[in-house]
Amino acid sequence: MSDEDRQPEGGDPRNDERGAKRPASDTDASVEYDSDVEAAIRGDHPALITYITAGDPSLEDTKASVEALDRGGSDLIELGLPFSEPIAEGSTIQAAINRALEAGTTPAGFFELVDDLETDAPLLVMTYYNMILQFGDEPDVRPFVERAAEAGLSGIIVPDLPAEEADPLREACDDNGLDLVFIIAPTTEGERLDTIMSQVSGFAYVQARLGTTGARANVSSATHDSLARLSEYDVPKAVGFGVSEGDHAAEIIEAGADGVIVGSALVDIIASSRTPEEAVDALEAKARELKRGARRGATDVAADAAEDPPETEHP
Amino acid sequence: MSTEREHDGESEPGRTGTFGDYGGQYVPEALMPALQELEDAYERYVLENEDGFMDEFRERLRDFGGRPTPLQRADRLSERYDREIYLKREDLVHGGAHKLNNALGQVLLAKYMGKERIIAETGAGQHGTATAMAAAHLDMPCEIYMGRTDVNRQRPNVYRMRMNGAEVNPVEAGSGTLKEAINETMRDWATTVERTHYVIGSVVGPHPFPQMVRDFQAVIGDEARKQIREKAGRLPDSVVACAGGGSNTMGTFHAFVPDDEVDLYAVEAGGSSLEIDEDEGLAPNSATLSTGTDGVLHGAMTKLLQSGDGQIMESHSVSAGLDYAGVGPELSHLVETSRVTPASVDDEDALNGFHRLSRLEGIIPALESSHALGYLEEAHENLGDIVVVNVSGRGDKDLETVLEETEKRDLEAAPEVEVFDQ
Repeated sequence: MSDEDRQPEGGDPRNDERGAKRPASDTDASVEYDSDVEAAIRGDHPALITYITAGDPSLEDTKASVEALDRGGSDLIELGLPFSEPIAEGSTIQAAINRALEAGTTPAGFFELVDDLETDAPLLVMTYYNMILQFGDEPDVRPFVERAAEAGLSGIIVPDLPAEEADPLREACDDNGLDLVFIIAPTTEGERLDTIMSQVSGFAYVQARLGTTGARANVSSATHDSLARLSEYDVPKAVGFGVSEGDHAAEIIEAGADGVIVGSALVDIIASSRTPEEAVDALEAKARELKRGARRGATDVAADAAEDPPETEHP
Repeated sequence: MSTEREHDGESEPGRTGTFGDYGGQYVPEALMPALQELEDAYERYVLENEDGFMDEFRERLRDFGGRPTPLQRADRLSERYDREIYLKREDLVHGGAHKLNNALGQVLLAKYMGKERIIAETGAGQHGTATAMAAAHLDMPCEIYMGRTDVNRQRPNVYRMRMNGAEVNPVEAGSGTLKEAINETMRDWATTVERTHYVIGSVVGPHPFPQMVRDFQAVIGDEARKQIREKAGRLPDSVVACAGGGSNTMGTFHAFVPDDEVDLYAVEAGGSSLEIDEDEGLAPNSATLSTGTDGVLHGAMTKLLQSGDGQIMESHSVSAGLDYAGVGPELSHLVETSRVTPASVDDEDALNGFHRLSRLEGIIPALESSHALGYLEEAHENLGDIVVVNVSGRGDKDLETVLEETEKRDLEAAPEVEVFDQ
């Protein structure tokens, strides 16, 4: 599918009804999606979502890294805006955040980088709530969201903002045409899961395992349990936390995800490369490997589906 | 503030766990079910005394913890300041600080909840020590996270934790103090949340911690209020307590909050200066209530030491127990509504407070409490005729720091340093 096919076909980018209430998905290019984020994850199934920390090791290097990830087949790219207390991150991303802060990365510099970026993949910002609150003169979420929209960002992910506290940010995002992506944890169940899934926009970020971010050697059984639990919700689902290899991507897509999210494995590449050129080449190659893995997973699903057509009615 | 929330009075959180604009639950989604579980357990066992939880807690506080602690008239301080000075002696709680009140409450609650493992963070080591003691007492496995800098400056408490069977995990990140230890403990909790209870050591963190920790510490003020009426025949004009995160502060103040005639003073660590170095991201103090701005850290909306961009500053105090860039949300609210007056005392005046109490009253106070005593020296003329000061803990743990810091200065209240060299 070409890049043009991934874009929504005009009209109001927002829809009053969120994911869980919509009819079953369709990967046909003529379908009008609620946002470019949803179009990216549903339209080029299976989707590869990549993360790096902005400013690691410098904002200039980040620009080249993002462009490499875009060339490598990323369908969405998350850019981390560094916060000094990243409680949801493991050691790899925490170290990247420290490097970015030591390099003097600020929210203003971050947005200037985004202003300059031209990628096929829509961009999301991933940051902590205090960074969003403090962007204006007074603690308020709106100035950040307005600047994000102006810079061309498509969505926001906030690891320390549960749905209970999200109303102000959700309203600001709705008013500015941005998606607010919620994380679904292995511990999210029952009514709580219903509530969050009815509020998700863009996609549901499915946390593959308990704990913090960080590359792991295998796919957790919690991933399969979570995807099974979420299968009844017609919301795009992408799995992150621990995904590092093409084989993981294949397994996760085969288990029912619409996309995979990879962060620490890419940050590791940036940290261990001797030159910026080496990092750029390795990032592009890693993205291709992950995308190939995801496609392989989808092929296996398609083969299974041919034998056993899926239900089209969703509870 | 951008968020409007419900609240139902001066000092009770609203339905979303907030005090005015402060509080809330800003944590990773994985922890939200655990917070809900904790909130349910807190309401049943603590607020409603289900299965006799509070009866058992009070009995253990008495028999294991040594409560009630005395409210002692400080004769020589009273003479020095020409008014009645009373000391609430939390230094006499088992373990040497008020921290046991909360640690015992939470470890017991974790046991009632069927949790299998206890984790905690610690700055000065008093909370870690109290948690380790409570865990040993109640036969629960326990791990403590402590910043590397604090491990080095609070060695006696590290040994005490290990003697009580706790594992102590040094945290190397950042400046190696309480802030980093909290981050690391939250990460552990996010990984093991289904079987682990995180004993937060102060009135900070996501709801229900600020309210629950306050309730476990409220025994301080409940006792003090009753004791001062017995001894002085009326309520005090002022109550003074030091404030880092704010657990001894809220514990002491809570019973007095409805008494409008009683002035409440929260004394913070002024460090070496109240000025902030924004370029370096450094606050040479921990005076959050006096100089902080509103933001979100470690699960709650509260006052913080932060840069204009929202990065959290490295704080400083000669007292490891006050060295924190945040403060409890209820205290932020009480300061914002002018019920509590924030004040600060610098390192030097705190050290003088330490030596003065040791010399005049035969009580060696914690460096944290020494800030409250330093404020007494500075502000006694404005505190009325009857003053209660909370001595939150004893100073044995701080002796190495005090000797080192005293040698650097010419302190009017300190003995000659040469005494120690002979």
